Amino acid sequence: MSLKALRGLLLPVVLLLTGCQTVLMSPSGDVALQQRNLIITSLLLMLIIIVPVIVLTLLFAWRYRASHQRDDYDPDWNHSTLLELLIWSAPLLIIIALGAVTWVSTHKLDPFRPLERVSEGRPVTVDARPLVVDVVALDWKWLFIYPEQGIATVNEVAAPVDRPIEFRITASTVMNSFFVPALAGQIYAMPGMQTTLHAVINKPGDFEGFSANYSGAGFSGMHFMFRGMDEAQFEQWVAQAKSGPVLSRDVYQQLAKPSENDPVSRYASVAPSLFEDIVTQCVTPGPSCMSGMKGPNLPAPEHAHDSTADESMHGMPMAQPH
Amino acid sequence: MSDIQAIPLPGQPSTLSFHLSEEHHPQHGTLLGFWLYLMSDCLVFACLFAVYAVLGRNYAGGPTGAQIFELPVVALNTAFLLLSSITYGFAMLEMQRNGKRAMLAWLAITGLLGACFLFLELREFGHLIAIGAGPQRSAFLSSFFTLVGTHGLHVTFGIVWLVTLMVQVGKKGLIAENKRRLMCLSMFWHFLDVVWIGVFSFVYLMGVLP
Amino acid sequence: MSDSPDLAKLIFGRLTWDAIPFHEPILLWTFVAVAAGGIALLAALTYFRLWGYLWREWFTSIDHKKIGVMYMVLGLVMLLRGFSDAIMMRMQQAVAFGHVQGFLPPHHYDQIFTAHGVIMIFFVAMPLVTGLMNFVVPLQIGARDVSFPFLNNFSFWMTSAGAALIMMSLFVGEFARTGWLAYPPLSGIAQSPDVGVDYYIWGLQIAGVGTLLSGINLLVTIIKMRAPGMTMMRMPVFTWTALCTNVLIVAAFPVLTAVLGLLALDRYAGTNFFTTTLGGDAMMYVNLIWIWGHPEVYILILPAFGIYSEVVATFSRKRLFGYTSMVYATVVITVLSYLVWLHHFFTMGSGASVNSFFGITTMIISIPTGAKIFNWLFTMYRGRITFEVPMLWTVAFMVTFTIGGMTGVMLAVPPADFALHNSLFLIAHFHNVIIGGVLFGLFAGINYWFPKAFGFRLDPFWGKVSFWFWVVGFYFAFMPLYVLGLMGVTRRLNHFEDPSLQIWFQIAAFGALLIALGIGAMLIQFYVSFRHREALRDHTGDPWGGRTLEWSTSSPPPAYNFAFTPRVHNRDAWWQMKQHNYERPTADFIAIHMPKNTGAGVILGGISTVLGFAMIWHMWPLAVLSFIALLAVAIGHTFNYQRDYHIPADEVSRVEAARSELLANHV
Repeated sequence: MSLKALRGLLLPVVLLLTGCQTVLMSPSGDVALQQRNLIITSLLLMLIIIVPVIVLTLLFAWRYRASHQRDDYDPDWNHSTLLELLIWSAPLLIIIALGAVTWVSTHKLDPFRPLERVSEGRPVTVDARPLVVDVVALDWKWLFIYPEQGIATVNEVAAPVDRPIEFRITASTVMNSFFVPALAGQIYAMPGMQTTLHAVINKPGDFEGFSANYSGAGFSGMHFMFRGMDEAQFEQWVAQAKSGPVLSRDVYQQLAKPSENDPVSRYASVAPSLFEDIVTQCVTPGPSCMSGMKGPNLPAPEHAHDSTADESMHGMPMAQPH
Repeated sequence: MSDIQAIPLPGQPSTLSFHLSEEHHPQHGTLLGFWLYLMSDCLVFACLFAVYAVLGRNYAGGPTGAQIFELPVVALNTAFLLLSSITYGFAMLEMQRNGKRAMLAWLAITGLLGACFLFLELREFGHLIAIGAGPQRSAFLSSFFTLVGTHGLHVTFGIVWLVTLMVQVGKKGLIAENKRRLMCLSMFWHFLDVVWIGVFSFVYLMGVLP
Repeated sequence: MSDSPDLAKLIFGRLTWDAIPFHEPILLWTFVAVAAGGIALLAALTYFRLWGYLWREWFTSIDHKKIGVMYMVLGLVMLLRGFSDAIMMRMQQAVAFGHVQGFLPPHHYDQIFTAHGVIMIFFVAMPLVTGLMNFVVPLQIGARDVSFPFLNNFSFWMTSAGAALIMMSLFVGEFARTGWLAYPPLSGIAQSPDVGVDYYIWGLQIAGVGTLLSGINLLVTIIKMRAPGMTMMRMPVFTWTALCTNVLIVAAFPVLTAVLGLLALDRYAGTNFFTTTLGGDAMMYVNLIWIWGHPEVYILILPAFGIYSEVVATFSRKRLFGYTSMVYATVVITVLSYLVWLHHFFTMGSGASVNSFFGITTMIISIPTGAKIFNWLFTMYRGRITFEVPMLWTVAFMVTFTIGGMTGVMLAVPPADFALHNSLFLIAHFHNVIIGGVLFGLFAGINYWFPKAFGFRLDPFWGKVSFWFWVVGFYFAFMPLYVLGLMGVTRRLNHFEDPSLQIWFQIAAFGALLIALGIGAMLIQFYVSFRHREALRDHTGDPWGGRTLEWSTSSPPPAYNFAFTPRVHNRDAWWQMKQHNYERPTADFIAIHMPKNTGAGVILGGISTVLGFAMIWHMWPLAVLSFIALLAVAIGHTFNYQRDYHIPADEVSRVEAARSELLANHV
């Protein structure tokens, strides 16, 4: 608790030091906020030891300079059990504290884990279903598919404020990383695999999202807008997309071709199970399609093998959703 | 600490001697160095085994180990290699007895057994590629060919080295340098044997299990 | 010309005139400058008839001291290349906002950041670290050379061959556009069909042979060649860190060899290790390469820790505080460095328990590292510190590295890493520890051991100028990157939209300019020191009041290092000898057994370059030919049994008498 108070005290200082309201230090989503708090907590825990070290370094360098000719010069002094004990145990204690914080927070903020709260003191109700958004990193743009609403968008994604979102993420060819700094930490988007990110936005507004893992020539232009809005606006936004063209498999194939700095576009409907086929690379049947792994050649008792194939499909060594 | 010896009074000679007055002969490090090399090579194989462990069941609709491995041939192959280790052992015994001719004969037999091993391995590879089960077919076959092929490449180099050493022993006799080289090759050859035992049990025997 | 395309294709593979970047003005002018400089250098060497000298005394030398110096020269030359890349990136990022695209299109920019990373790690930090270990370790343990002198020369030339290939990519073809670790599928043949990744693979594989062999060599040297009386717990700390580093090299580089080999097979033979199809698993590459990559970081930093330990004790005129805990800390770091690799990709989604395990092991490394910092601190305590240039670097390191360590632990908390991963915060962090840790240490080491290598000290004035430009430049260049990271800016971008970021990039670019001045001052320092070498001459062999054996011999040491092998009774062997009023022997010398020079290393390195080039460009006949040549020269070399000679006792007497005279005249 005192740590919390200290955090409140130091937060303005940190912000001042960084010169402006940086997005990571003043996020708009609860997950990113908890990650912010963790960054500050770990910083403070370490400053306990870092500050004395830096001060002592400069102090000793000044105090024991040769021109000072102090008479406590002791050329053979090289051991002190007490000091040794101290210099090993002080970092150890801090790491024990930080390790405990790490263990708890890593489990609590596991991106695969459904949210328990939308913000501090507001738990998610049991029957609330998260908004599912399927995310595909293409060369070099982002495709978002809303299975519930039946629409799809490119380089723009929207969600109602305070409603948990479940992003299911994959990529078409190379590895990217799906990152909206104001919303939540990033997770890799990998071809042939699916990762999950649970997040929630607490404030309406437009937030920058992008790929945080270099993916080739068009990487710098691979950003999108994440829009937080209230329910009514969101309904309107969905309705707007409904007037667009259809994202058929053929249209998807055109879209998946490499292109840079693509504008926002919206699709009224999406070919059935398109996302699943992108994950298993079966949009066009062929050797790349992973369901082809279970070929006719395999002998009959193959349950063990099936499970390995399944796992690799969902990106072993990824954790399964809990 | 205890490491600090008493300092002599000024002008007094030290009771400690600070240099040797004869030539210093540190121990020869060749065998240790070669052992370290083998350990690093062992790590390369460890990686390939690990890769096989990860990918070894990713058949991608292609053939499985049970369908393509011919255990009797591989068993014969294993026998060749194990036997070659024994014959290398005999060569080393002859080396210690300074029996140059007998040693060369045993080395020649070792090399021939190694060549037989390679021949059978290449035959297996050729057959697999011919039936469309080449290294490009699936991740399983990629890792299989790479692991077994890397071992085979080592055996090939072993044979080249063995022939070189036979020429050198023939020219210079069993001098200290040559004995040291023979010791190194001996370690290398037995090392390949050990790796093969891993390949045989982990890839072939476990591969035919359902 | 009707049938020539096929023939040309057979001979030249995919190399055509299009591969020469005539259309890229920056590259073309660089090439013109490099070519002019190169021709001038070659002409000067010819004019001054230095070829024979270079060949006899340097290229074919198996003397660990000369090989060490050659490694340092290679590292410093490559530093200039790596830094040019850095400054181009800084300039691009400082201007490319909004409608301004900057002067580097993605095609070029992406090669530059890849080359910068590869060069700085493999061809700057590694040669400098290896060079220092090569030069210092045998002297510190009282040996005449390393265990395998020929292998040492061969290792150097293999490293140079790798560097040569990387440099060729600048003017013939292109370099990889994948980032310095070349993650597939981006580095796979489908996404990167050009030669860039192949330059990467062959450059690193060939240099890797050199690194691995030199690791084995130094390991055996330290284990087997220590002077009598030097037990493990009496080894100088730098030798201890060198030991641990070489253990790491031997245990980590084979993994790199294997994983790059698999990537090469994917690209050349069409296998499916890291493809997204037919059962391949690209994420396995990421795991494997970091199993090498994390120990690699410690391969670089541990010797730097050793340098600081030597420097801080020498210039505080005190025994090193907590030697034993220093040694244990080094060993603990060595072991732990294998248990943390996954912290480089928490964001892959390995599950909370796996992530927290690797996060916590990472944090645990900071405990022995912290203990080391405290040990240096208490070595300064109650000392008599003189602020010569090496000591300045050490103090700057202690402050800078502490900050870098702190941000490193922040990144080790997985949920925090989700926000900071791949951001400029990460870039700031690892430059903070690699520049503030490794590079500062290497500069301290260069200034510290330079007089031992060349017989005269480096000019302290220009040393200090360089120091201040570097340190201030470092803070200007990288502190803004921490801020930008917190602003959510990711790495490897060559263009930005948000104008509020620009000021931070401009500050960083200013910092890079200061560092450029620091590098310039260092070059001036070398030149000025050479000009004033008589005034800076070290006649005693012990210019700093050193504590370890390398300072007991002359500067530069004779080819045989020590006329008689020293006998060690204490950790600070030379310090104790001085306290005991040790008189160096002046008579009764005996002939000394030494290894002979050989040209095999240069030749093998040269053929390897050709082989690598042929493989990169798919020139199959040349590849086969050069491979056979490689094998033939290697086998031919084993038929040479006359590998050593004796320096006659008369010669030793003459050299030692000259030194006695020098000491008598100047002390």
